[in-house]
Amino acid sequence: MQIVFIIEQVLNGLLVGAYYLLIALGLSLIFALGGIVNLAHGGFYAIGAYLAVVLAERIGFAGAFVVAPVVVGLIGIVVERLLFRRFYRSDPILSLLLTFGLAMVIEQGLRIVFGATPLPFSIPPELRGQILIGDFIYSRYRLLMLFVAITAVTATWFVVYRTAFGRVIRAGVQNPDIVGALGIALGPYMTAIAALGVGLAGLAGVLLAPIAGVHPAMGAEILTAAFVVVVIGGLGSFWGVIVAAVLVGVVRGVTIYFNPSWGEASMYLLMALVLLVRPRGLFGERIEKFE
Amino acid sequence: MHSKLSRRALLRGAAGSAVLAGIGAPAIVKAQTDAIRIGHLTPLTGFLGPLGEYAVMGVKLAAEEINAGGGVMGRRIELVMEDSVNPQTASAKAERLIERDKVAMIMGEISSASGLAIGQVANRLKTVFINTGCNSDALRGASCNPYMFHIEGANSMYVMAVGQYLLRENLVKDKKWYSLTADYAFGHDLLRVAKKFMESNGGQFAADELVPTDATDFSPYLLKIRQARPDLVVSNLAGNQITNFLKQYSEYGLAFPVAGFGFDTVVAWGAGKGNFSGIWPLVWHHLVDTPSSKKYVDTFQKKYGKLPDNQSWGDYNSLKIVAQSMTETKSADPQKLAEHLRKGAKFDVMKAREAYFRPYDNQMVMEMYAVRAKEPAKMKDPWDIYDALGTVPGPNEDLEIIAPPKDGTCKIG
Repeated sequence: MQIVFIIEQVLNGLLVGAYYLLIALGLSLIFALGGIVNLAHGGFYAIGAYLAVVLAERIGFAGAFVVAPVVVGLIGIVVERLLFRRFYRSDPILSLLLTFGLAMVIEQGLRIVFGATPLPFSIPPELRGQILIGDFIYSRYRLLMLFVAITAVTATWFVVYRTAFGRVIRAGVQNPDIVGALGIALGPYMTAIAALGVGLAGLAGVLLAPIAGVHPAMGAEILTAAFVVVVIGGLGSFWGVIVAAVLVGVVRGVTIYFNPSWGEASMYLLMALVLLVRPRGLFGERIEKFE
Repeated sequence: MHSKLSRRALLRGAAGSAVLAGIGAPAIVKAQTDAIRIGHLTPLTGFLGPLGEYAVMGVKLAAEEINAGGGVMGRRIELVMEDSVNPQTASAKAERLIERDKVAMIMGEISSASGLAIGQVANRLKTVFINTGCNSDALRGASCNPYMFHIEGANSMYVMAVGQYLLRENLVKDKKWYSLTADYAFGHDLLRVAKKFMESNGGQFAADELVPTDATDFSPYLLKIRQARPDLVVSNLAGNQITNFLKQYSEYGLAFPVAGFGFDTVVAWGAGKGNFSGIWPLVWHHLVDTPSSKKYVDTFQKKYGKLPDNQSWGDYNSLKIVAQSMTETKSADPQKLAEHLRKGAKFDVMKAREAYFRPYDNQMVMEMYAVRAKEPAKMKDPWDIYDALGTVPGPNEDLEIIAPPKDGTCKIG
């Protein structure tokens, strides 16, 4: 019987992988394409969740699901224009400091506006429920999350790998000077990437608001896990983050099955193990400017 | 006349002190030479921040009322408020409050680890510290000291309060419990007390699992609970963790009854409609039916536009107790205050019976409550989440029967 329960945990881990993918994808994107280690990613995620709560009262959860990520993406544009832009070429420590500060500003800002207490928010009744496959139980809402995560990944992949826009971005990652010499202004491209990456954080916030507490420090809660996923996947790797998210979901689930108190530690052990064998992460590429 | 520290200014102060951790300037409500200064030290940031926010609301309301009524012996109460952040910072700030800001006493705190640190400073500098939110029995046992008082209930008291109703609902004897425990000092302490209660009443664990405090996704635990088919799911979790757990327990539609041994109303308010279930203990709740309790709910609502919670109760009553004691002893001297509190002075803490600090461990001996989650369909508004189950101990029982056992670990009595 035990093997059945382990299989159940593995399958649930795949589902939880969608959760990790959602929180890590935007982070990975800005990391890979802009070279910014965005410690404020959790902050944008929290803004997404708060927007979901505020908007759902007025335009429903479906409306919030569409509008909130767009609004967070617009905030991303402003942040890129005013802040990120100045740091693409400087010492990474400066952008770390910048985004660390930004994370605090966002957290305290949310606290000032909404208070420190968690805001009540639930899964909309029509999305509630469980699906039973044999004796395995799955939350309908998480299946929806999985679907959205796959769609978001596919769309992002298409934009980055199948369009002229994406080609410029990828060239810019490797060698911004040559791209500039070819007469292409990278600025607008980077703005678009920041909007996309930050918008994805907002999307994660909206989707997780019904199943996680909505409070100012919620961003800090998920940030470390998001980084672990990005690092395991490998800096700059698009597919890496997907594989890593699933891996973290499964390893954590199985660990909790055997020894729950090691549940959260398991992802750090996994990261240490991966870095020992592959210092650039599972699918990490060599990026000149980081060498 | 009273000046209000604006919410923004306070938060700015809190944010600043979080950043500077130890060198931030304190927010002083009003400088006035003849005022009696009271130090208020509690976490405003981090996972206990939501509770700290209510603590601040409670203590400010009490100060306002006391000052409006002419203060203490004609002197104003002046609050010196700080974010305690973590045990190291809490200890440093407690020392500074006493030595530099010359506060007459300190109150507050929610984290048992920080409470212990503040208690040690209070003992060393012979200044009263009233703990308004730390539950660990250890603070009343091996770590107790003559200057640390506890208006917050001890873990034992919470277990006894909810335990009576679990017994009544036949959820203990020969039943299997599945417990989830926050993996740090508070959780371990609570688990120990809960386990003792369960075993002495003929129950057993289906499983007893530790949950790291940074866990946000509970789904693997929920699958295990479903496999174990327990008679009762028991939460020894803390703070925002309870919110996440409640939300996901309802997401997975598990039907096993839920109970918890540590609880704050705020985390259940924050869970959202349809997510709250089970039987939970509280040191006080807004449905407690006494005149002073009703009056408090009214004034709190008028001032802040929302209902008071259990944490605000602790900080509000602590300041009222201090003011009343100082008025009665006609002194703001810390020694006299400690003596008075340890002599068994009785206080109205909005409960049916008056409460007192027992000299054995300085724990406030008082009534505790249990509540049961309401069905979503019966909720009148988002704050209407539970019904009162009752009061423990019952009206004819000795108040002390739920207090931590006098096992001799505390040596101050």
